[in-house]
Amino acid sequence: MKTAWIATLALLAFVPPASAQTLINGAGATFPYPIYSKWFDEYAKVDPEVRFNYQSIGSGGGIKQISSRTVDFGASDGPMTDEQLKQAPSELLHIPTVLGAVVATYNLPGNPKLSFTPDVLADIFLGKITKWNDARIAAANSGVQLPDQPILVVHRSDGSGTTYIWVDYLSKVSPEWQQKVGKGTSVNWPVGLGGKGNEGVAGQVKNTPGALGYVELAYAVKNKMPVAAVKNAAGKFVEPTIASTTAAAAGAAKSMPADFRVSLTNAPGEEAYPIASFTWLLVYKDQPNELKGRALAKFLWWMSHEGQKYADDLLYAPLPQPVVKQVEAKIRQITYQGKPLVAAR
Amino acid sequence: MSVVAIPHIAVRTAPRNLGDRILRGVLRLAALVLVLLVAAIVVEMLRTALPAMHKFGWRFVVTSTWDPVAERFGALPFVYGTVVSSLLALLIAVPLGVGAAIYLAELAPAWIRPPLAFLVELVAAVPSVIYGLWGIFVLAPLLRTWVQPFLGATLGFLPLFQGPPYGVGMLAAGIILAIMVVPFITAVSREVLLAVPNTQREAALALGATRWETTRMAVLRYGRSGLVGAILLGLGRALGETMAVTMVIGNRPEVALSLFAPGYTMASVIANEFTEATSDLYLSALIDIGLLLFVVTVIVNALARLLVWSVGGPVKAIRE
Repeated sequence: MKTAWIATLALLAFVPPASAQTLINGAGATFPYPIYSKWFDEYAKVDPEVRFNYQSIGSGGGIKQISSRTVDFGASDGPMTDEQLKQAPSELLHIPTVLGAVVATYNLPGNPKLSFTPDVLADIFLGKITKWNDARIAAANSGVQLPDQPILVVHRSDGSGTTYIWVDYLSKVSPEWQQKVGKGTSVNWPVGLGGKGNEGVAGQVKNTPGALGYVELAYAVKNKMPVAAVKNAAGKFVEPTIASTTAAAAGAAKSMPADFRVSLTNAPGEEAYPIASFTWLLVYKDQPNELKGRALAKFLWWMSHEGQKYADDLLYAPLPQPVVKQVEAKIRQITYQGKPLVAAR
Repeated sequence: MSVVAIPHIAVRTAPRNLGDRILRGVLRLAALVLVLLVAAIVVEMLRTALPAMHKFGWRFVVTSTWDPVAERFGALPFVYGTVVSSLLALLIAVPLGVGAAIYLAELAPAWIRPPLAFLVELVAAVPSVIYGLWGIFVLAPLLRTWVQPFLGATLGFLPLFQGPPYGVGMLAAGIILAIMVVPFITAVSREVLLAVPNTQREAALALGATRWETTRMAVLRYGRSGLVGAILLGLGRALGETMAVTMVIGNRPEVALSLFAPGYTMASVIANEFTEATSDLYLSALIDIGLLLFVVTVIVNALARLLVWSVGGPVKAIRE
């Protein structure tokens, strides 16, 4: 017994310095949580010294916690506003990690493939188009038998990045939406029912003939729900897929602002699906702790290169090459007391 | 013997008094912690709700706009939804719950009582998200395809049963809440009825009362305040229920008379929007709603207590 105790004590005394793990805390968006936890898992094999603790409390919480420095990094589905950035104690960087897309899903007899033009989508959600056999829906869907049935609009009731992307798109394509409703993680919906979470919207759509709602691409694919093609800025009807989502970022790469705070909805490019968005990690440009800062910067580098290959399996769209190059430059700007933490390679 | 007994008692009383005093102190502290907890909640909510109160004042309670983008907030649809869905739930759950309790305590054969009582407690322990999912996938389609068309066809002249049948809405919320509240009302009511002394029943039966008359006059009347307590417990759960309600109520901040129409409740909007509320005023408005929920709960409880007091007379008479 005694020797066992001594051995244990010796171990306790010995082990901590040997495996001095750096614990990095993060909090924020729920939408990218599956890929983030996959990354943290895989990264533990790359660098066993670093451990991540991520709490998916929502983008709002992520912004709040990084701004009050209670976590080492934040995560958000929507970019921070100028005002929020000003309130942060020091300069925050937005690092895009992957892309997500939001899709229109519906419940019609036989679930035919549907295509929507932006103005039709906006007017349905504004309550101006109320029947499925409306001439304007039919115009983009020749050959589809559309029923004489009211459209039941279903939206998210919980504040979410998914909603933000959806209404950001509607705001861009419809001046009336922009002026009457606007964009945010929750909005004052002109029509429709609210379902809680992707599962709430999906459940309501599946159960109600004539329903039209929006969910994340990953959720729709996993649950084999019908998804609609949408006409993009180049005038082409594009189906939502991982490739067409990545194409949205590639299209926007040329005009990417330096801080990555860009909305990818209605992005240019022949192949681009128009309702897509980055999701971001939020980190301080000047890291308060050298050890943690270095580990974080290394992880960001890994995430934007090797990490991207895990995206496909989890139905996220990886960053396109030109954007990865831009992210590299951004990661090199992360410093500790003015010294860069990732050497220029 | 007595000579021995007196010092013995004297010796024992002193520490017992000390123990009593300690016990009293500890219990008083426990009670005080409860009071402090409530006070701390109120203070903290008032503090964080202050910006919204400043901006909107009393209009907050009577406005029905909820626009997080333009930051115009009003709580009326939420207050309405909470009160109506809870009342609807009680309307269904009270006869059912108290009826089941009467059966379990007074009429059921002895062998059936334990398994039934066990089942009731089992139902009370089902997590609310399960009820919510069941509501989405079973109850709502059932309401949409059968119940609502039927109600619309037969009672459609009432404004309560008009409008398109979505399945989800105020009616679905009321029914889900009723199902969740029934086991609570049943379990507590049963305990109350079992606590009624048998002499009550025997006295009534001896006077020639029938089974129903005995139950009504001797048992129910005796246990009335306990029964109201059981119903209040159910009401408390209905007012504060979040998950199951938000999954079936339709989440539309609108005051609509029809039970078919979607609605929204105070607890639901807080749960739905709290995590993504990024601006201070938005957050403040949500906490203001929390404060309002607190106030509504206090008012409803006070009203129910008044009700008990106003009907409390005959109970005393019987006890004397």
